[in-house]
Amino acid sequence: MATATLTLAKAVNEGLRAAMERDPKVLVMGEDVGKLGGVFRVTDGLQKDFGEQRVLDTPLAESGIIGTAVGLAIRGFRPVCEIQFDGFVFPGFDQIVSQLAKLRFRSQGKVPMPVVVRIPFGGGIGAVEHHSESPESLFAHVAGLKVVACGNPVDAYWMIQQAIASDDPVIFFEPKRRYWEKAEVDLDATPMPLHASRVVRPGSTATLVGYGAVVKTCLDAAVAAEAEGRDLEVIDLRTISPLDLDPVFESVRRTGRLVVVAEAPSEASVSSEIAARVQEACFHSLEAPVLRVTGFDTPYPPSRIEEDYLPDLDRVLDAVDRSLAW
Amino acid sequence: MSDPQDWTPATADPGLRRPSREQVVAGLKATVEGGPDLVQLLTPEGERVADPRFDAWAADVDVDALQGLYRDMVLVRRFDREANALQRQGQLGIWVPLLGQEAAQIGAGRAMKPQDMAFPSYREHGVAWCRGIDPTELLGIFRGTDHGSWDPIARRFHLYTIVIGNQCLNATGYAMGQKFESKVGDGPDAEATICFFGDGATSQGDVHEGFVWAAVYDAPVVFYCQNNQWAISEPLERQTRVPLYRRAQGYGFPGIRVDGNDVLACLAVTRWALEECRTGNGPVLIEAFTYRMDAHTTSDDPTRYRLADELELWKLKDPIERVRVNLVREHGVGQEFFDGVAAEADELAARFRQFCIDMPTPGPERMFSEVYAEASPPLEAQEEAYLAYLAGFAAE
Ligand SMILES: Cc1ncc(C[n+]2csc(CCOP(=O)(O)OP(=O)(O)O)c2C)c(N)n1
Ligand SMILES: [Mg+2]
Repeated sequence: MATATLTLAKAVNEGLRAAMERDPKVLVMGEDVGKLGGVFRVTDGLQKDFGEQRVLDTPLAESGIIGTAVGLAIRGFRPVCEIQFDGFVFPGFDQIVSQLAKLRFRSQGKVPMPVVVRIPFGGGIGAVEHHSESPESLFAHVAGLKVVACGNPVDAYWMIQQAIASDDPVIFFEPKRRYWEKAEVDLDATPMPLHASRVVRPGSTATLVGYGAVVKTCLDAAVAAEAEGRDLEVIDLRTISPLDLDPVFESVRRTGRLVVVAEAPSEASVSSEIAARVQEACFHSLEAPVLRVTGFDTPYPPSRIEEDYLPDLDRVLDAVDRSLAW
Repeated sequence: MSDPQDWTPATADPGLRRPSREQVVAGLKATVEGGPDLVQLLTPEGERVADPRFDAWAADVDVDALQGLYRDMVLVRRFDREANALQRQGQLGIWVPLLGQEAAQIGAGRAMKPQDMAFPSYREHGVAWCRGIDPTELLGIFRGTDHGSWDPIARRFHLYTIVIGNQCLNATGYAMGQKFESKVGDGPDAEATICFFGDGATSQGDVHEGFVWAAVYDAPVVFYCQNNQWAISEPLERQTRVPLYRRAQGYGFPGIRVDGNDVLACLAVTRWALEECRTGNGPVLIEAFTYRMDAHTTSDDPTRYRLADELELWKLKDPIERVRVNLVREHGVGQEFFDGVAAEADELAARFRQFCIDMPTPGPERMFSEVYAEASPPLEAQEEAYLAYLAGFAAE
């Protein structure tokens, strides 16, 4: 059995490598992904091993990156685009919404769009403006796109390969502040499906659900709550569109309480979607309203006060308290 | 309008073609001088050379003025180095060095009149200096206490723009406004706008659209591209086949390449270009041919993608050194002056450092302030709830 200890960044790297070895049509393209190996080194070594025809240092234009990936996909390639930071995807938003998301529908299935758009997302690294955003809700709102977020190296390794194998366009969010966290990855395992949520910690007092970087925050909160005799269940959503809420429903029916945690602002968001659906599906099981711990409905703040913006262990536990006190 | 043909010679530029591997290894790529169309008034050796087109635009630069430009560059370089050190010591989250681009920025910045407007990207600390933005006012962005502390409208220096290319459209719109308000003409209050961006930025759609808009509306905007040869790890060849200044021809306005390490040439060419714009002959594209002598930012490691030889060759074209040599050789300026500037630079650096260390961190209410002009009740409720939550900790 082959296992490796990988950081999340290296796990994506190994996943990309495996996909590229398996299928010569897989391309990696983006700004600084070649010689430099990406600003987070996620594509490190790939250009050296696969050449400049398969790992493209593109001109500096996100609309160009996505738009040419669409063209390459029409031609039968499977491009994996890197957007350097979350806040820089917007020049490419038109191509994502107008072409990438809609071509299958418009062509009635004659033009598949096996394109992956990788986006390091979220805050917590002390960065300047536009480097810490959580724009996933904007993509989840667009029909035709699939949206996922990995939260640990194991998922990173498998989910990137599954996203590449998918014939649908996948917006692939990577929690940048977790890039350096390590885990043992079983390279021979049979992964769970891409669009499936997972209970990462069973519990009975209340349920926490999150995705990306905040999954670890939720797990830390669960450990802290243990000291107070509270047994929190934690669910890693993993897939944002389509949602897989059955594990959440099942959990809420047992615990009666749900706290949704996300870094993104709360208004018209993934977290509000989850709250709405849980209330529809589990109304009679709920002992308290679904509560949310999220970023605020403001632009991302200057980094010296980002700790105030980001959901942390205390805010999560406070919400659990409020839920239990209901 | 001036005819683009006048300013955009069609000669082939040997400078741009992608160098062979052998050339790169031999360090020959860096011997690119910018091609035959490069405007230069001061050679790297500090010799003043004649330029029939642009001499007039630097004719008033006497020894005092040249000393002033020298001082600007030295002070700007000094606080830039101090900021790099402050980042290394954990006082700044990141710094974006301007090392090597002092002449390109001071020349352009000193060419502006008070009524002109500038739209910087994120590396324009030298232009900020010329606009009277104190270096300490830049620190908040990089320390993480604000997104830009100055009043962009009052100071006529827009906030730094990090999303590559965005400001080219904003600058064009501002310039359209100058024109709509009849600020273009021969009067002393005529205005122009100058927009700063990099070689990498020229690939962005926003830059293309800015060029189109500016051309269609005859907007009084100078597009000032600092071609520092690199966009993080990507060399110029990843962005263009033709020299960048020549792109202007396709949009129907003049494009000109200036030695970006020659402060006198940058001053003269930008003065000319701004005046063209003020008098209704805009837009103009300037390509300041220069070199990023440091890393892209303090987070970057250039040894991964470029050869040290290249830097060594560009050091021979240092923007400050050539002015120093010229002041000594052609104007007999003595050591006293240079010592004085060095002492002033050290004082500035010390003040800059102390200011940085003493900077207060804003409270959480900063996050909720000025999101909207008119009150947003749900946001006010969010703020209230969060501050009450924090007060709960204080009470414990
Ligand atoms: C839209 C967008 N995409 C990507 C980035 C990340 N990024 C920051 S600077 C940079 C390179 C810019 O190169 P250039 O325009 O030549 O300016 P320079 O940094 O060399 O001054 C990149 C890719 C960004 N800031 N904005
Ligand atoms: Mg550049």
